[in-house]
Amino acid sequence: MLWDILSIIQDNWLLLLIGQYPNGPLGGFAATLILSVLSIALAFPLSVLLALARMSRSPFLLWPSTALVYIARGVPLLMLILWVYFMVPVLIGANIPGFVTMLVTLVIYEAAFLSEVVRAGIMALGRGQMDAARALGHSYLGAMWYIILPQALYNMMPSILSQFVSTIKETTLGYVINVPELTFAANQINNQLLTKPFQVFFILALVYYLVCWTLSHAATVLERRIARKRAGTTSGTLPVELQPQTLTVEP
Amino acid sequence: MTGFDLTAILMNPDFGRMLLHGLEMTLVIAAGSWLLAMTLAVLLLIIRLSPSRLADRAVAAYVSYHRNVPTLVQLMLWYFGISSILPEALQYWLSDHGAEAIFAVIALGLCQAAYFSEDLRSGIRSVPAGQSEAARALGHSFFGTMRYVLMPQAFRNALPALINHSVSLFKNSSLAMAIGVAELTHAVKEVENQSFRTFEVYLIATIAYLICSLLIMSAGAALSRQAVLKGER
Repeated sequence: MLWDILSIIQDNWLLLLIGQYPNGPLGGFAATLILSVLSIALAFPLSVLLALARMSRSPFLLWPSTALVYIARGVPLLMLILWVYFMVPVLIGANIPGFVTMLVTLVIYEAAFLSEVVRAGIMALGRGQMDAARALGHSYLGAMWYIILPQALYNMMPSILSQFVSTIKETTLGYVINVPELTFAANQINNQLLTKPFQVFFILALVYYLVCWTLSHAATVLERRIARKRAGTTSGTLPVELQPQTLTVEP
Repeated sequence: MTGFDLTAILMNPDFGRMLLHGLEMTLVIAAGSWLLAMTLAVLLLIIRLSPSRLADRAVAAYVSYHRNVPTLVQLMLWYFGISSILPEALQYWLSDHGAEAIFAVIALGLCQAAYFSEDLRSGIRSVPAGQSEAARALGHSFFGTMRYVLMPQAFRNALPALINHSVSLFKNSSLAMAIGVAELTHAVKEVENQSFRTFEVYLIATIAYLICSLLIMSAGAALSRQAVLKGER
């Protein structure tokens, strides 16, 4: 069994790492990683805007942003992928590759979830910060930009990192629409070998485990460091409704 | 493209039936794996509360594996991998009894058990140690302390996280389509292929998913309201 696993890795490590590149599209672990990094990087600024919209008093901002968050929380990611897969070509009149479909879906989905993290981070700061900034003559947006967001975002770094881990796990769903990423590569290997499914999927699980465990562990360490740094600067524990909730979804 | 027409799907006996069957399968898988997950989570919690270090390590490893490997990969490992190394008689029995759905329930249940047990554990840890010491000093037994003092408080604290994870368990049931379970998303693809009314089918399924998720969320909110102590708010 162990011998099988080692020989599968030896024969297919390049496929698992970069897919069929340069003879085909970039795939494998590299595609998984690029997809996750791009998704989080694009979703993050969007999530800050969404969070601000969710906290505004204007119904034109509040209602659509709330609806978006509830749709992302209530509808399976797979269903959203199917929507993007179908709607984007209709809207822009051209076909887009599966990689882009997956990227668009993940950006929308992650932005909705991250916006709840951002909102919790902003609310956790306490009203005093905003009141003081406004009293000193900052505008609302100025206060947000110079006083609230820098503090809130710093405190939220661990949550953003765990959201990144969730994103890596979510990219596996690209398999369903044939995006050439790590899970897709493992299935290709499995279809070639046919006789060793356990070994192939064991390797796949192991790779994801190593990557995600390392990043989750980093998030925990970061969280402890930030908590230590903040110790004594916050006033007691937060009321339950303001505590950052675990909104990460785990496909 | 033909015009927007929901009735073409809903009123069509075949399509309507396929979607309903799909929804039924989604609910069966979600409910089955929820029950499995909750039972296992309580067991894992009890093991973890025992003083044995080895048991603690083992449960921690279980939780770590299920939280750091994508659920879809866990499903594939069960359905393609583990099923192939089972004894042959069992493999035949399983394929006669709907192996896809069974493995989906097992994989989703085992995965979510890790989340539930962590939720319950952080619920228990958020109850101050003084509570159990006071209960023991008042003459409660270990189990009495658990039952009447610790658990009610722990449950209240764990409730928001448990509800969130129940919703994600329900959503994750859609992943079962990747191993061929005929649940709602699977039915959606079939109806889409036959009717070519993609927009309508997706809309119906999305609304069905959304209603179920919102029902779980509001049931959870009602439970939390009930669990809040009088005078706490």
